[in-house]
Amino acid sequence: MKSAIRNQKSKIDRSGKGNRLAYLYTSPALIIMSLVVLYPFVYNVVISFSNMNLSHFLDWRLKGPQNYYDVLSDHQFWYFLYKTVLWTVINLVFHVGIGVYLALLLNKDLKGKTIYRTLLILPWAVPQYITALTWRGMFNSEYGAINLLTEQFLGFQIPWLSTEWGAFTACLITNIWLGFPFMMIIALGGLQSIPNELYEAADMDGANTWHKFRNITVPLLKPVMVPAITLGVIWTFNNFNVVWLVSNGGEPSDTTHILVSWVYKSAFTYFRMGYAAAFSMIIFAILFVFSWRFIKRTKATENVYA
Amino acid sequence: MPKKPRDLTFKGKIGAHIVLVLFTLFAIYPVLRVISISLRPGDRLLTKSLAIIPANASLASYYKLFFEEPFLRWMMNSLVISFAVTVVGVALAATAGYAFSRYQFRGRNFSLIGLITTQMFPVTMLLLPLFIMLIKLGLYDSYFGLIIAYSATALPFTVWQMKGYYDTIPYSLEEAAMIDGASPFYAFYRIVLPLALPALAITALFSFMAAWSEYLVAAVLLQNRSLFTLPLGLKLFQSNMEVAWGLYSAGAVIVSIPVVVIFILLSRWLISGLTLGSVKG
Repeated sequence: MKSAIRNQKSKIDRSGKGNRLAYLYTSPALIIMSLVVLYPFVYNVVISFSNMNLSHFLDWRLKGPQNYYDVLSDHQFWYFLYKTVLWTVINLVFHVGIGVYLALLLNKDLKGKTIYRTLLILPWAVPQYITALTWRGMFNSEYGAINLLTEQFLGFQIPWLSTEWGAFTACLITNIWLGFPFMMIIALGGLQSIPNELYEAADMDGANTWHKFRNITVPLLKPVMVPAITLGVIWTFNNFNVVWLVSNGGEPSDTTHILVSWVYKSAFTYFRMGYAAAFSMIIFAILFVFSWRFIKRTKATENVYA
Repeated sequence: MPKKPRDLTFKGKIGAHIVLVLFTLFAIYPVLRVISISLRPGDRLLTKSLAIIPANASLASYYKLFFEEPFLRWMMNSLVISFAVTVVGVALAATAGYAFSRYQFRGRNFSLIGLITTQMFPVTMLLLPLFIMLIKLGLYDSYFGLIIAYSATALPFTVWQMKGYYDTIPYSLEEAAMIDGASPFYAFYRIVLPLALPALAITALFSFMAAWSEYLVAAVLLQNRSLFTLPLGLKLFQSNMEVAWGLYSAGAVIVSIPVVVIFILLSRWLISGLTLGSVKG
């Protein structure tokens, strides 16, 4: 299959016109990407070595790697890095855990499967900022649905948004809610492509449910889940919306942040442009190293190199 | 007798239904709650009631939203921007994805990987330079900057998605057309593109959603309240000293319904579109 596709390409190549057409087709997209992504990226690198801030907005000059030292020696950075890693790991565990588990159930012969599936992707379909603002309302200590429920059924209330870890947990619950359907849909697609015969053969050999899951489902689900998990890690690590909107910009007193929301605040509330630019570069470096190691080790993008 | 792999025992079925019902409740409860608050009569917004259908349900919040607040103006702003982004996004992803699928050219692999890499940029990394750039160009506080920025945000995903879909369409179709004398462009435009309609629909949906649901970039690039998009407007209801829960909830319901409906209608294609790329390899 793969070699057939490659043959098609070489056929087009030999016509000679191929290259010109290919550039014609790709250039509009690449021009926009350069304008909105590549140019700002380069600009960001330059600013990260400069003293740009509110009092030096136009008359900034380069001052070397000072900003990078500032970020890395700032205990805030290490604290929010720790929180961000915690945030990403907990989210992903729940997203993948719930997602795969529900997909396994939905892959069985059950009545009302379509209805379940339709209702379960609802959290993914709702615009993210609405999810965040709505959950913020539900975590309201006096009138929010969550505390009304806990009071009615458990007899106590939790000060969600006014304590550091309460607000963090509130953000987590919100993000787990909106993230599991994506993993569920991906896993469902993967499960449906596993042929029944494999399980039937395993049954004949007397394999139990766990063996079948471990030796058939997991390895065959992996090629589908690895890219999804990589993307999930990147999106969650950089998920500004949920943290910012649920905690209303880091409340209480700038403790509820992950790295992106903190760097946003440094840039657009405190106008420490140089510092924020260096900070952004460091976030990018972390994700870049993680993704490449992860993808390389699992060889998930083989078709990119083909 | 070996049972079929997708069958469950009776007990297993009951258990599966219980788990699914619980998670479904978890998934729909916040949505029901918003709808419920949006239907509360004006004097009962702050009640401790958990009823899904409130006592004396009324459409007062919706009336107020449309006739006493600039909601229609925000909606027009969002519609204009989102449609512009959809048109640009579909045109760019349809062509670029085709080239990545069919041609081998210098810079191809680099561009494909570069597109993924952009997903790793923290949003501030682009926002800060974009903010400074647009101020210097005098495009701050205008739609133009916003439309360009939004068009680019969905592109990495939609280009990859289009490429994956084109990969499944056999090249022999174009070959046959070209033997009959069609130009390569005609073969693409009249033969391949109509076959890629499902993928185009998903690309359109994602481009539209990227603009319709975006809060952060708009918050940085727009200051003039008459230019506000829906996300900025709805946030206003929550950022005043006293949160306007009724207005917020009514707005949230109206903003979400169209995207949720389209999303669910397209979900079947969505699944195959997302998994195709990885399964095929």
